[in-house]
Amino acid sequence: METPAKIELQHVHFAYEDHEVLHDINLRIPPNQIFVLFGPAGSGKSTLLRLLNRLTDFSPEETHLQGKVLLDGQDIFAPDVDVTRLRQRAGMVFAKPVPLPLSIRDNITYGLTLGGRRDRSTLDETVERSLHAAALWDEVKDRLDDPGMALSGGQQQRLCLARTLALQPEVVLLDEPTSGLDPISTLQVEEALFQLRESVTFIVVPHSVQQAARVADRAAFLLMGELVEEGPADVLFTRPKDKRTEDYVTGRFG
Amino acid sequence: MTTASASKEPSRAVVNWREFAVEQIVRLLGLSAIALVALIFAFLLKEGAATLQEVPLSNLAGTRWYPTFGYFGLVPLVMGSLLVTVGAVLISVPLGVGVAIYLGEIAPEPLRDVLKPTIEVIAGIPSVVLGFIGVLAFSPLIRQYLGAPTGLTAITGSVLLAYMALPTIISIAEDAMDAVPKSYRDAAYALGATEWQTIWRVVLPSARSGILIAIMLGVGRAIGETMTVMMVTGNAARIPTSLDAFLRPARTMTATIAAEMGEVAQGSTHYHVLFMVGITLFVLTFLINAFAAVALFRSERRGGGRLLS
Ligand SMILES: Nc1ncnc2c1ncn2[C@@H]1O[C@H](COP(=O)(O)OP(=O)(O)O)[C@@H](O)[C@H]1O
Ligand SMILES: [Mg+2]
Repeated sequence: METPAKIELQHVHFAYEDHEVLHDINLRIPPNQIFVLFGPAGSGKSTLLRLLNRLTDFSPEETHLQGKVLLDGQDIFAPDVDVTRLRQRAGMVFAKPVPLPLSIRDNITYGLTLGGRRDRSTLDETVERSLHAAALWDEVKDRLDDPGMALSGGQQQRLCLARTLALQPEVVLLDEPTSGLDPISTLQVEEALFQLRESVTFIVVPHSVQQAARVADRAAFLLMGELVEEGPADVLFTRPKDKRTEDYVTGRFG
Repeated sequence: MTTASASKEPSRAVVNWREFAVEQIVRLLGLSAIALVALIFAFLLKEGAATLQEVPLSNLAGTRWYPTFGYFGLVPLVMGSLLVTVGAVLISVPLGVGVAIYLGEIAPEPLRDVLKPTIEVIAGIPSVVLGFIGVLAFSPLIRQYLGAPTGLTAITGSVLLAYMALPTIISIAEDAMDAVPKSYRDAAYALGATEWQTIWRVVLPSARSGILIAIMLGVGRAIGETMTVMMVTGNAARIPTSLDAFLRPARTMTATIAAEMGEVAQGSTHYHVLFMVGITLFVLTFLINAFAAVALFRSERRGGGRLLS
């Protein structure tokens, strides 16, 4: 028996109204590594990520889910699940950096204060730890009270990462986190992920196949809502089993 | 554009001539709007300035407004206007923003489709009709339930003005919240915020410049309002000394001008003082708008609550 999966999807079907976006997905994501989910636009990558912390609950459309999504073996859609707690355990970073209209410090402590934590020294400690983890501390330590919006794009994205890390999540979902960033900022974000992967399960939707190959420990190829192939990165990006995966990673379509 | 039409001399001349004409007309319209405001103010100044020669400042700054006996104290009128307006703001802002939140964030789609147009219809009710309703239906309630000696009080005016300001506040505040990008909400939800926490801590602050504008426009309508106020506030010029001034009659600047202008002899001292009241109103309104604009500008620079990116 392999190590227990951090996240497991069993026969997951997901649809917006009558438009099926994910079709019979079966997937086991092991803990504490970088798992990459890639495929052409419209394949359902974002939908899959949003399913994992139930952001799909807020969809204005009607949604239909079949199958099971398990976090540490627990069904996250079970009726007794504390959704707030789930979202803290499985945090999310989006494609466009969205600092909240608050100071740098308050952006990071926002999630904690929602939970009612007010203790100043804990909060300060969290701010410093999270900013270090996101490789942003040195750049902002003297201006923690400036608005988060005043940072550059790359810094904003690392702020968003720090904000997510502040909640000490077990899983972090990143949806094309570097798609709007310059190459240097991209490397800084990737570097931050490498530093943390011993203790956090990252699920990353990359913005290019190159990035997928660069950061992945394991990867899965998603095409039109179907999981085509899943496996260790070195296999998937060098000798994929499926012709469609090969065509995509070698740039023949996509 | 020049090179393309260079070969066709006549048509280019026609186009240029038209362009020129349109430009001049638009410029004229723009300038005349500015000139009109300037003229109004100049006229106010010209008619009001005589006051300063005819009435000593100590009289103008006095607490009694009895024009027939030569008492021209502006203070009770200014206070009356402020009282009624502040009351209207205190009622309309929480209510308006609350309704906007409900409409934009909470109400189910079909209900919203009925409520929004209904609210906008309220904006079209002529103020004299509102005043009528106020006198007949609303003021008896005030007398009965708030224990006021008469139903025609400052609070009666405040409530009706709030009612007039509400559609503007609701509709513009709702638009402002609607413009907050979905990504902000997602970010808050992803941190474990509930819907209400997201509205309170993310949507409202992000939309605050729009909400402030909504309040300014709504209150702007209220402060300049004459008819309703004249009909329902009882028009007694007195200085509010405590909170229960809300339950006593009050007299605003606008109501004073409207009520007395028709009865004064042109060129008399009373006539000049009424223009002085107009100048005071003009300046006060200007100051309030300027303060609001500065506050807006400040909060924008500090909080960075812009709807950018
Ligand atoms: N909120 C939504 N409502 C309806 N359809 C959606 C919604 N979000 C995504 N979709 C549809 O689901 C499909 C997959 O989208 P998405 O998960 O964003 O794919 P990807 O991230 O791989 O580009 C697309 O066809 C898209 O149009
Ligand atoms: Mg996507």
